[in-house]
Amino acid sequence: MSARNADISKGIDWLLVGLYMILCAIGVLSIFGATYKEGENIIQSFTAFQTDYSKQFYFWILAMVVAIAILVTDSKFFTATANLWYAFGILLLLLVFPFHTEIKGTRSIIRFGGFQLQPADLCKVFVALALAKYLSRVETDFSKTRSQLIATAIALAPAIMSILQQETGLALVYFSFFLVMFREGLPAGILIIGFSFAVLVVATLLLDPNTLALILTGIALVAIYILRKQIKRKKQLLVTIVGIWMVCVGIQRFLVPYVFESVLQPYQVKRIYDTIGKDYVPAGGTVLLEEATPRKKDDGGDYNVKQSKIAIGSGGFAGKGLLKGTQTRYDFVPEQRTDFIFCTIGEGFGFVGSFLLMGVYFVLLMRIVTIAERQRSVFSRAYAYGVASVLFFHIAINICMTIGLAPVIGIPLPFISYGGTSLLTFTAALFILIRLDADRQMVLR
Amino acid sequence: MSVFNQSRSTVIRFIIAGVFLIIVAQLVNLQLFSSKYEALAFNNAVYPKVRYPDRGIIYDRKGKAILNNTIMFDLEVTPSQIKGVDTNFLCKLVEIDTAEFKKRIVTAILKNGRYRPSIFEDLLTPEMHARLEENIYKFPGFALVERPVRVYPYNAAAHIMGYIGEADSGNIKRSSGFYRLGDYVGKTGLEAFYERVLMGKRGVEYMIKDNKNRLVGKYENGVYDTAALAGRNLRTYIDIELQQLAEKLMQGKVGAAVAIEPQTGGILSMVSGPNFDPNMLTGPNKQKNFNKLFLDVSSPLLNRAIKGQYPPGSTFKPLGALVALDEGIITPSFGVGCGGAYYGCSRPVKCTHKNAGHAANLRLAIANSCNSYFTHIYRLSVDAAKYKGVKNGYQKWKGYLNAFDLGVRVGVDLPSEDRGNVPDSSVYNKVYRNSWNSCTNLTLGIGQDMMLATPLQLANSMCIVANKGYYYTPHFVQKIDDETAADTIMNAFRIKHEPLTGISDDAYEAVISGMQDVVEIGTAKMARLPGINVCAKTGTAENYRVIEGKRTKLKDNSVFVCFAPRENPKIAIAVIVENAGYGGTWAGPIAALMMEKYLNDTLRTERLKEVERIAAANLLPDYLVREQYKADSTRAYNWFKMTKDSSVLQRFLKKEPKKDTAPAKGTTPAPKPDIRTTYLRLEAILPEHFYFTKPIQS
Repeated sequence: MSARNADISKGIDWLLVGLYMILCAIGVLSIFGATYKEGENIIQSFTAFQTDYSKQFYFWILAMVVAIAILVTDSKFFTATANLWYAFGILLLLLVFPFHTEIKGTRSIIRFGGFQLQPADLCKVFVALALAKYLSRVETDFSKTRSQLIATAIALAPAIMSILQQETGLALVYFSFFLVMFREGLPAGILIIGFSFAVLVVATLLLDPNTLALILTGIALVAIYILRKQIKRKKQLLVTIVGIWMVCVGIQRFLVPYVFESVLQPYQVKRIYDTIGKDYVPAGGTVLLEEATPRKKDDGGDYNVKQSKIAIGSGGFAGKGLLKGTQTRYDFVPEQRTDFIFCTIGEGFGFVGSFLLMGVYFVLLMRIVTIAERQRSVFSRAYAYGVASVLFFHIAINICMTIGLAPVIGIPLPFISYGGTSLLTFTAALFILIRLDADRQMVLR
Repeated sequence: MSVFNQSRSTVIRFIIAGVFLIIVAQLVNLQLFSSKYEALAFNNAVYPKVRYPDRGIIYDRKGKAILNNTIMFDLEVTPSQIKGVDTNFLCKLVEIDTAEFKKRIVTAILKNGRYRPSIFEDLLTPEMHARLEENIYKFPGFALVERPVRVYPYNAAAHIMGYIGEADSGNIKRSSGFYRLGDYVGKTGLEAFYERVLMGKRGVEYMIKDNKNRLVGKYENGVYDTAALAGRNLRTYIDIELQQLAEKLMQGKVGAAVAIEPQTGGILSMVSGPNFDPNMLTGPNKQKNFNKLFLDVSSPLLNRAIKGQYPPGSTFKPLGALVALDEGIITPSFGVGCGGAYYGCSRPVKCTHKNAGHAANLRLAIANSCNSYFTHIYRLSVDAAKYKGVKNGYQKWKGYLNAFDLGVRVGVDLPSEDRGNVPDSSVYNKVYRNSWNSCTNLTLGIGQDMMLATPLQLANSMCIVANKGYYYTPHFVQKIDDETAADTIMNAFRIKHEPLTGISDDAYEAVISGMQDVVEIGTAKMARLPGINVCAKTGTAENYRVIEGKRTKLKDNSVFVCFAPRENPKIAIAVIVENAGYGGTWAGPIAALMMEKYLNDTLRTERLKEVERIAAANLLPDYLVREQYKADSTRAYNWFKMTKDSSVLQRFLKKEPKKDTAPAKGTTPAPKPDIRTTYLRLEAILPEHFYFTKPIQS
């Protein structure tokens, strides 16, 4: 113990730390590029804690203080308190229901003093810890369905509460923990079923219901024809195929329309339709007007995505240069310092800059996977995969929505988007991983 | 288990790599292969703001600016910034009510949005501007914005100068994209003819706008900007004081007066009556004023000096003489015996003189304006043996007139000039089915038959006489400032036209002496000027007009042409006053005053009374009043039919409350004749045959 205290830097993965510093620096620079107004005194804005980029800079310093605090903490602390943190996170989420402040239509934020806290955001780290803790228990046999269900419950409980707080974007993040479970032995079939389900939903939206039903029936009949010999031997197989067919048609006919009309908000449905390039006609039969949406947060997803694509597309190969992007400088892209920060990079630094950023993220994710695989303890490995999954989901969805490949759901780009909570959460998640990795020779439970 | 799951890390790596590949592929697509986004971003953010150049100034011959630029003010509003404005006070200053205020704000928002300024009230009157200037700080969101406006400091020369207006689709199309919506172009007059010279070159300032279309700064610090190049000025021959005098004299008259400097063809003055103040069509209320002028049946917007077509009558006689002289058909000593009419053809042509020897030679014939003499020499000209037949001879004769710029467009530097009429022989062939001779159209010799000329053509023909055989195409502009070889527009005005070559000086002297005699002893005595030899010719042309479907003879047109001084002509004038009787009655005095003003630079004090007498005379023909009533009431009825708004129509029905408001024929029915009502009512109610006591069948 004393030896490690003397040198806390021992075993630290400096590549991860380096990537982290690069990403945070890109973040401050991008926010500067997006929000700097002509004639601002930069030094003054830093000393006065005024502008977004100076705030982000100070958040970064604060995050690094937290990171150092994490690095000097014993690894066992995280395994020991994992469940506690999770309980704390659930408590916070529950507290949101009575104490929330409605901001931009979402009911997931608690406000005290000058600070805003979004527990659903913070909970990502806690879930990663708790899930790792559960999976690393000696008595957990993850091949059993019961254990798989418990793990799923741990991962999705915050998601359900988040949906109830009308914050669907963050809820989706929790589904990324299935990657962790997959690594720890969740049958691949479940992921395949999940993927098939997604394909079915998209197909439902794109195709005429009757056409899709016919296609599904056709697939079922072909399957029966191919498997006719096995079916002769085993009647159960036929029942299974017919069952699957019925479920598929049921989803297509009843579940998807029900979810779209009753569960999701009209603005969310519109964004999904925007992404697949169709006009959304609600049950009433009139085209949805922007004014009719109950939630005003980054309104008009279509406009955002169009402007965002223009910004990124106009960057060209080498970009227009920092502070020279007309799209981002003159506020054509809404939310550009937070969710649409990637536009600033795409417009200012072009394909080269975007590609390099993607490269940095890719190296970061690959490094985390490598680190995960070198852990001796299941806890560390599961946790590492948790971090990788959450980061991956954020990066993929955020960038995809700015380039028009995913619906606009408001989740930030890790380490780059403006926002203290987000930066602190990701920093803590990453540095806990670095701490655990430094002690990778230990078996933690 | 562990070994089995190990491979799953590879699967996860592949999933991550796969998603990243998709993202990079989309980035390649957006950033490397789609060029449209760059243009879209440019259009989003860069606004080319057009900088309008100052239009050129037009000066008169003495260097006085007669068409200048001035700054007026628009009141602009940015709807998003209106907060705490005392609406009532503002409405009081702008002289509108609060309902109108709201309407204008809504219009502004619909037009340009909340964040961009729109015009709230354009072209403020100086008083309104002064009132607003003091108080503008009280109205956040409102601003006074400069706007260059054309101004006519002498309130004169409306028809010559023309006016500017926003480019219409025709202008834009014809300019093949040079003009854009919102540009101002010359619509008529010199403004239109010299548009390319006056307009200058537009500059462009590239401005950056933000997501709310507010301009936030210069694009790339203005390296792509181009400066506006001011339009070039025009130096004209116009004498603005002469012009003002002529306009005053033509007040209340239908007709035209044109004065030309014979040696150069430079037009000194050109008036068309009824006239209007050119400042009516610039500045505030220009649309209202335009509508008023446009709907006036006396057509004040029509430039009768180039578009009015009149039979020249006796004023043509000197030209007929010149043609005959040039052809060698007569000599100055040629004479005819006239006993009060010309009997050469079956139909006698009456002459005002009966005394023997009044047409004993050319000079006497002109001085006495002998109809017999000039019909005779016309016949001699076209029937000359050398041309072998009247049709050939007539074409030759017509060729002379065309060379005098009669029957063809003179080519003055104003748009939409009319050509008058000297019919081609083919026209006579058609009308008379190929069987006609010099008797058929013999009154051409005295400026009648089908002959029509514009006042400008008459003035120009005087130049030919004054110059003894040559003229320059009449034009206003002497010089364009900084003129270059590229300004080909001026070339046509610098060619000397010499339509007559075979006339001796003596022959000219005979014609000119005849014209001087007209002033000294003949019908133009009122044109005598002390110390100056004036040559003139009066004319009285019959005046027919189709009124209410009937060809009606109206009072004769008074025509007068002259030039002076005889020895070294400085000014040639043609004046036509419609419905004014003999040439000497009104047209002559007007020309006399114009000559005196121009040649002496001032008028004798005893002449000022004459100026006032003429200016006060209202010679507008009576039928105009009825025409106006008809036009107004018809419009009111159509308006009523269209909108069911009878407020305008009421005015025309006031005295007949019992009358049905829906007449059958489209015009308001003529109310019952009632001689006791006012004069204006009388005009309105009497059927035509009552009003025109002597209807003339053609």
